[in-house]
Amino acid sequence: MKSHAEIDFRTRLQDWLPKLVLAPSFAVTLLFVYGFIIFTVVLSFTGSKMLPLYTFVGLENYRKLWALEHWHTALVNIAIFASLYIVICTIVGLALAIFLDQKIRGEGVLRPIYLYPMALSFIVTGTAWKWFLDPGIGLERAMHLWGWESFSFTWIKDSNMAIYTIVIAAVWQTSGFVMAMFLAGLRGIDNEILKAAQIDGATSFQLYRRIVIPLLRPAFLSAFVILSHLAIKSYDLVIALTGGGPGRATELPATFMYSYTFTRNQMGIGASSAVMMLMAIAAIMIPYLYSELKEKA
Amino acid sequence: MMSAASQETAVSTGRIARTFIYLVLLLFSLYYLLPLYVMVVNSVKPLSEITGGNMMALPQTFTLEPWASAWSTAQIGVEPTGLKPYFINSILMVVPAVAISTILGALNGYVLTKWRFKYDGIVFGLLLFSCFIPFQIVLIPMAVVLGKLGIAGSVSGLVLVHVVYGIGFTTLYYRNYYAAFPTELVRAAMIDGAGFFRIFWRILLPVSGPITVVSVIWQFTNIWNDFLFGVSFGGTRQPMTVALNNLVQSSTGVKEYNVHFAGAILAALPTLLVYIVAGRYFVRGLMAGSVKG
Amino acid sequence: MRGFVAKALTAVAITALSAGMAKAADVEVLHWWTSGGEAAALNVLKEDLKSKGIGWVDMPVAGGGGEAAMTALRARVTAGNSPTAVQMLGFDITDWAQQGALGNLDAVATAEGWDNVIPTALQKFSKYDGHWIAAPVNVHSTNWIWISKDALDKAGGKAPENWDELVVVLDKMKANGITPLAHGGQPWQEATIFDGIVLSEGTDFYKQAFIDLDPAALGGEKMADAFNRLLKLRTYVDDNFSGRDWNLASAMVINGQGGMQIMGDWAKGEFLKAGKKPGVDFVCIRFPGTQGSVTFNSDQFAMFNVQGDDKQKAQAQMASSIESPKFQSAFNVVKGSVPARTDVPDTDFDDCGKKGIKDLAEANTKGTLFGSMAHGHAAPAAVKNAVYDVVTGAFNGKYKDGAEAAQALASAVAAAK
Repeated sequence: MKSHAEIDFRTRLQDWLPKLVLAPSFAVTLLFVYGFIIFTVVLSFTGSKMLPLYTFVGLENYRKLWALEHWHTALVNIAIFASLYIVICTIVGLALAIFLDQKIRGEGVLRPIYLYPMALSFIVTGTAWKWFLDPGIGLERAMHLWGWESFSFTWIKDSNMAIYTIVIAAVWQTSGFVMAMFLAGLRGIDNEILKAAQIDGATSFQLYRRIVIPLLRPAFLSAFVILSHLAIKSYDLVIALTGGGPGRATELPATFMYSYTFTRNQMGIGASSAVMMLMAIAAIMIPYLYSELKEKA
Repeated sequence: MMSAASQETAVSTGRIARTFIYLVLLLFSLYYLLPLYVMVVNSVKPLSEITGGNMMALPQTFTLEPWASAWSTAQIGVEPTGLKPYFINSILMVVPAVAISTILGALNGYVLTKWRFKYDGIVFGLLLFSCFIPFQIVLIPMAVVLGKLGIAGSVSGLVLVHVVYGIGFTTLYYRNYYAAFPTELVRAAMIDGAGFFRIFWRILLPVSGPITVVSVIWQFTNIWNDFLFGVSFGGTRQPMTVALNNLVQSSTGVKEYNVHFAGAILAALPTLLVYIVAGRYFVRGLMAGSVKG
Repeated sequence: MRGFVAKALTAVAITALSAGMAKAADVEVLHWWTSGGEAAALNVLKEDLKSKGIGWVDMPVAGGGGEAAMTALRARVTAGNSPTAVQMLGFDITDWAQQGALGNLDAVATAEGWDNVIPTALQKFSKYDGHWIAAPVNVHSTNWIWISKDALDKAGGKAPENWDELVVVLDKMKANGITPLAHGGQPWQEATIFDGIVLSEGTDFYKQAFIDLDPAALGGEKMADAFNRLLKLRTYVDDNFSGRDWNLASAMVINGQGGMQIMGDWAKGEFLKAGKKPGVDFVCIRFPGTQGSVTFNSDQFAMFNVQGDDKQKAQAQMASSIESPKFQSAFNVVKGSVPARTDVPDTDFDDCGKKGIKDLAEANTKGTLFGSMAHGHAAPAAVKNAVYDVVTGAFNGKYKDGAEAAQALASAVAAAK
């Protein structure tokens, strides 16, 4: 009798244990992620200035936000930046991965060289990038000193082109990481499939286009999700490279949000821009998660 | 792409194609190395050579003075301490934060794949969203919560913050990794009467090496490089990034660029080392599961 | 490895211990003075407090002229963990006072007669609702021009005294093949130049437009003219100005590439550090047309509410030490600014410093001492940044002429108010 109860208790504990283990993570996420998101949404309907205030102003902040020229600049910039960044990183990452996968001598040396930028924050590399892109001290000047007088590279000083320098540095930071993801995907492909195709007379080009790249679909998906959320979060990069300039030409939603919340003391507007960003992230993430989970289930 | 022509002339095109591949690979390594080159070269020049000269040029006078200065005598706050004392602050924050978030991630991944329950997919999805929240958004509410808990301005506060926003990533990694692990083995162990932790300890943990490397690298770099949380919640135990920022961003003083570059490399050394040493396992770890989905 | 761990643990133990011991009466100070000279200057204050048995817990946060520090501060106050004293500028102090977060320094201020020696324009920020809340450390003035003596000699040798003369000098410098105006293209630097221009349109106009934020003045003809002057100055800048740090612009003047720089008095430090002598290698003049007036910004230590008698005592002692003439002189000689009280002897200051002290006293008595818009002493942060947007936009060619820019300014300020 006694032992029966004990067993009963133990099995019940075993039933509950997994959920108990998961519970703390779930609880802190509920509070620190969803609780804070709700807080931000509430804030976006208030007239908060320097610190949170709870005087509700309805949709006033959203009206102001969409009337701001800056916000429109930030949106145009994120569209340019995100699409270029995602596309270029994917192409560069895939190409490098395919090339590295050709039994290259020195792979052990090249791989960390491609990967290391991911290890550094822009607080560390910002100055170097800023100098490098600056025509007066960087690449342009070096080229002039080395005799190529007509060389010109003044993008960072040009309101219309500066956003592209941000892309260059951003691609520098993450394309190596994307390469690693594709490389992992390539190494995971069953060699037998490839051999069979080769016997059928497929050229290498066809091999990659028809068989390998479709097989990399999960890696593409992971890369897309990682890159798109990094693009929306991009902040340090802009601050380090251009400080949002020339003028306000390289403002992104993240820098916009920070500046209105923390330096302009217009927290309400900052919060409404944050809500917009969260909605954009959700719009990317939810379909992805949905398909991921459905596939697994 | 490489030998689009045909396979018959494999030898000659092969050679051309291979040369092309090597060329591209080398070109890209130049692109990746350039900023590091700029930093290293300028960190061993005297200041006069930097302000007057070519930033791409090798130093005419080689000096390690900037490194010594950045490490132990540069002005960070009111006292000229260099970056040295802040290093330990970073370590004290990074080590527990990485350890806790990795352990929790492993356990979560284990539960979500081997002890599935109703709506576990939704729970996972909810956990995952924490990876994507921009940190600037959570600053103020986080301050309120840390204040209520009484751990604002302390290392434990920072550890909590980093664990919270790291769980999403670590859970994702381990979940995808364990998903590929044969559930039959776990079932068999259960039938043999092994408990929850015993199965984890004996069966899953021993094969978790590769993904643990990925998780640790990822968490280590993210936490080590964090500035925003460090500056807001670090109090007087500011991490290395905040100190580096103080060194580099001094507002109305003379900028010693060589010292700045030396300091930047010093601050980045731990993460650089981690990537270089563990880089090969990183690809292996990614391969072992995280992107196979 | 084991040795390292042991050392690390000892280090932790020691810091924990010393933190515990220093609890008696500490001041915790949040500031962004982290460069060599500034920090050395601040160390004078630290040592002074130490001699009175008060410990100093340092919390430096540099970046963006205090922007990062203000973010950190917000996190700390929200967490209920305010520092004792925080370096702050202009309207930030008032904003915090409105939140009821600041302490009260009336006792020290009355005992030491601050009302009589600190310029009224500064008191506007050091006091809230009639009570002292902050201790001003220095006064920077922003309407300075730093000219290379050599370049000036080649351009006629006479320092410009009005707008037309300035244009003549700039033209000659251009003809001589140098960049006449060394400038760094960051919003605050452009706004600093614009402060000088607006002030040169008349002190009353500066007050109407930037202090009173009168829409008619902001969008009017004089403002259009000011913007036209800004656009004129734009033509004397090299192609590579955008994003350049201000000290690199100073370096251009120092090494002869540039003719002059329009910048606050902190630029002097760069010249001195490069071994240049005021009057011999470089000349400091007020922005032409603003002689006798000063636009200022002032670093102050805002004192937060702290609990406990000993802490309040330490805080009061810190405020008193800041206002001591000895510290005021020692600090400002190093920093390039001038003392925040008008009765500090100028013996230790160089020529530019002496001139700055004299100008400040004169502007104070004449009522032509104004808060700088560019540095957050004329209007609150939201308005200041709105002004930045338009000024930097104009400098980067966004508007077709001054009139259009002036219109944009009026509407941007109205939207931010």
